[in-house]
Amino acid sequence: MTAPTTATPTTPATTAARDLPAAEGWTDRLRWAVADAFAVAARDVAHWRRQPGALLVGLLFPVLMLVMFLYLLGGGMAVPGGGSYRDFLVPGVLGLAVVFGLEATMTAVVTDVGRGITDRFRSMPMAPSAVVAGRCLADLALSAVGLAVLALAGVLVGWRPDEAGPAVVAFGLLLLLRLAFLWLGIWLGLLVKDPASVAAVQILVWPFAFLSNAFVATSTMPGWLATVAEWNPLAATVTAVRELFGDPVGAGGGWATEHATLLAVVWPVVLSVVFATLAVRRWQGLSR
Amino acid sequence: MGTAVQVRGLVKRYGAQVVLDGVDLEVAGGSVCALLGPNGAGKTTTVRVLTTLVRPDGGRVEVAGVDVAAHPREVRRRIGLVGQQPAVDDVLGARENLVLFARLHHLGRRAARRRADELLELVGLGDTGGKPARQFSGGMRRRLDIAAGLVLAPQVLFLDEPTTGLDPAGRRDVWDAVLGLVRGGTTVLLTTQYLDEAEQLADDVCVLDGGRVVARGTPRELTAAVGGDRLELVVDDPARAAEAADLAERVAGASPGAPPPGRGTRVTVAVARRPGVVGDVVRALDDAGIAVDDVLLRPATLDEAYLRITGRDEQRTEVPA
Repeated sequence: MTAPTTATPTTPATTAARDLPAAEGWTDRLRWAVADAFAVAARDVAHWRRQPGALLVGLLFPVLMLVMFLYLLGGGMAVPGGGSYRDFLVPGVLGLAVVFGLEATMTAVVTDVGRGITDRFRSMPMAPSAVVAGRCLADLALSAVGLAVLALAGVLVGWRPDEAGPAVVAFGLLLLLRLAFLWLGIWLGLLVKDPASVAAVQILVWPFAFLSNAFVATSTMPGWLATVAEWNPLAATVTAVRELFGDPVGAGGGWATEHATLLAVVWPVVLSVVFATLAVRRWQGLSR
Repeated sequence: MGTAVQVRGLVKRYGAQVVLDGVDLEVAGGSVCALLGPNGAGKTTTVRVLTTLVRPDGGRVEVAGVDVAAHPREVRRRIGLVGQQPAVDDVLGARENLVLFARLHHLGRRAARRRADELLELVGLGDTGGKPARQFSGGMRRRLDIAAGLVLAPQVLFLDEPTTGLDPAGRRDVWDAVLGLVRGGTTVLLTTQYLDEAEQLADDVCVLDGGRVVARGTPRELTAAVGGDRLELVVDDPARAAEAADLAERVAGASPGAPPPGRGTRVTVAVARRPGVVGDVVRALDDAGIAVDDVLLRPATLDEAYLRITGRDEQRTEVPA
């Protein structure tokens, strides 16, 4: 086919893109993969700018949870082994906010697939990895902002981390757990066809978060339930984060609680690998 | 221009279900080809294979001279896809959407903005400002969607049911946009369920049914293939309509495959066009004492051809593909 450089007035004659070199080396590919991922993530940033209300609700909901648990339920709470419930609670709500990220990721993925935007991306000459990588970038950035807002709210109600260094590590562990939920969300988002199934996940998030030590110490639960709660990946991260912030951990607990910091790394890494593999498979399955 | 799309023996299966059962298709460069067919005929699957979204299970598919299975990325640089629903970001405005897609087509920041403005002008969306796409009318969203498929001035543009769900004004807008592109030399492959759309836009029509191409040709050829012309008669007395049809058919030398009998006082008869045929029929009816209120000789419509070809008509006529 000859290149139709003779465009009529109805098709403005451009664009240099057509004359792009056909072959690219792997360095070019990598550079474009990164650039494309940032372009995809920038779309989310544009959404935040366009819909500050929705962004604000998303950021403030965990703050509402903090306030509710602290002032409405907190009066009846005692932390086994001592310490203030407020200091016990703040890391728990930080963990809850991380789990909330699951539905945000899933909603975004389901919506794009359902609207055909994912297929539009797939039919374009962009790096295929950028669709998912951009999602990761945007969601991690939003979570980082959300955790910062929530921690600030914690400071406002009187909570203080002991030392800056360990506190930074604590936020790192929270974001690591977020990464695991990110991959789970991408996989689930590609798996389900119906946006209504996001609602199911939205509901299941609650028993999952409560079946941990986020709000009460596991030692207050019936024996077998306490064991399940202790092995919850969220519990490992929350315990590790409490230790890093210098907050009360709550007495009791078995091997999983004693090795919470180890599990706070192992759990998210294992979950990320598992769900990233499943998500990539599912992604490739879109071409089937 | 050469061949823009070449498909030979394309097969696609989902489990035991054969969706495409050896599709052959050829679209000349710079032409418009309409894929026509009922729901489930395989139109969308064909487009998804041609646009690299789905891998074929068999056959050879070349788009803009590039093998789809071997070099999907190269194909993606040469095509634009406008899917069944407007795949644009609802929250962003028209320009923001196009800048995003242009950036993802690896245009620089300034080039992306310039291209976005050109495209907005091209599809007539120059003045929507920052209004989010979700506030657009159906036709506007479609046009934005088409603009998004044109970022790289594609050699081949695929449109999957571009006007489904649009009001008449919206359809007209989309048709104008497509015709403008065709004048500019873009090859267009579109799927549609609307025969008038195929008639309006397409140089060639390809009828898919059950995963196979059952007929192809220009709209005119297809209608001719199922029996040329139609004589429509409106008789005074509905009780004598059947009698009138029999008589008219005998006199007119009906071509193979009688059209479905008319309703009420209206009688439609397939006729072989020859000088004096209308007069002969009217005289014969007059002699039989059947009063005729109205007579119309017309070519068969694509609708009639389509219904016949896909067997949605009462009887099925094989049309050589």
